[in-house]
Amino acid sequence: MSPSEQSRFAPREGAEGDPVFDEPWQAQVLAIAFRLAEQNVFSPAQWSQTLGAELSAAAAAGKPDNPDTYYHAALAALESLAGSHGGVSEEILDDRTEAWRRAYQNTPHGNPVKLEAGLKR
Amino acid sequence: MTKHDSRKIQQIHEELHSHLPPEPALRAKALESLLVEKGLVDPQAIETWIEVYSEEIGPKRGAKVVARAWRDPAFKALLLEDGTKAIAQFDFVGHGGGHLKVLENTDKLHNMVVCTLCSCYPISVLGVPPNWYKTAAYRARAIREPRAVLKEFGVELDGETEVRVWDSTSELRYLVLPQRPDGTDGWDEDRLAAIVTRNSMIGTERDLGPGKGNG
Repeated sequence: MSPSEQSRFAPREGAEGDPVFDEPWQAQVLAIAFRLAEQNVFSPAQWSQTLGAELSAAAAAGKPDNPDTYYHAALAALESLAGSHGGVSEEILDDRTEAWRRAYQNTPHGNPVKLEAGLKR
Repeated sequence: MTKHDSRKIQQIHEELHSHLPPEPALRAKALESLLVEKGLVDPQAIETWIEVYSEEIGPKRGAKVVARAWRDPAFKALLLEDGTKAIAQFDFVGHGGGHLKVLENTDKLHNMVVCTLCSCYPISVLGVPPNWYKTAAYRARAIREPRAVLKEFGVELDGETEVRVWDSTSELRYLVLPQRPDGTDGWDEDRLAAIVTRNSMIGTERDLGPGKGNG
């Protein structure tokens, strides 16, 4: 990837003195997107277009122009590309999200959370 | 069942699930685990990328801790007794080493944190330290003349209020629990967290207000 292509996965620049990420999942989303583009699962241009479309949709829906809106758009873009290029359908993703939710609920505080804890009913 | 009971049950329910990450975090986790299984993503590569940027994660976590302590007396008691244990329930990733001690401000007591040696700082809850925290001037003067330093930060204390300065080490870090401002009754955790500034958790700011925040 060229440096200019890499920059498409860089975090949103915060206002002076503000942190770039508010939550770790925001970093995780960009990290996964960067990694998938590096593996040619999708191209940096496809990432830009998809993220751009999500951001436009958020703006059109009246969402505020802030980091929260930005990273929710990035997550939506990643979900969309993981579906079209990574074979992760929305249904599979929803199921897995629920499995992680149960894993957290079933794991006592302080213990490492493993997916297996959410697969058992 | 009375209304009171159902509220109580809801509260217990919320507490039980309080270590549940927010929805987008669960979705990101789900995506990552599915993509790892497909061999499209290497978890180590993700970890490395996040490490590079993890220093960019800011003081919002600390603000959340403060907001919860303001709302939940049981959590506050645990937080003051054992800060490390109390924040474990937030499931913050990359919590760094050392113990966390939480210092409560009161009408008669103001706490202020420094690291005279270098710049030890509770990165896990406050993100990267501000530049002034690392300056030689702050490190030396916070101990020698805390009231003068506080005044430069805009904190005017009367003679009645005691100032305690806490010197951080790599084993023991501190977080100031500022006083909850008036006019915030009934606010939920997110709304309260938004008015908790970074400096108030270091102790270089004292009076928070409903109109302040995101500092």
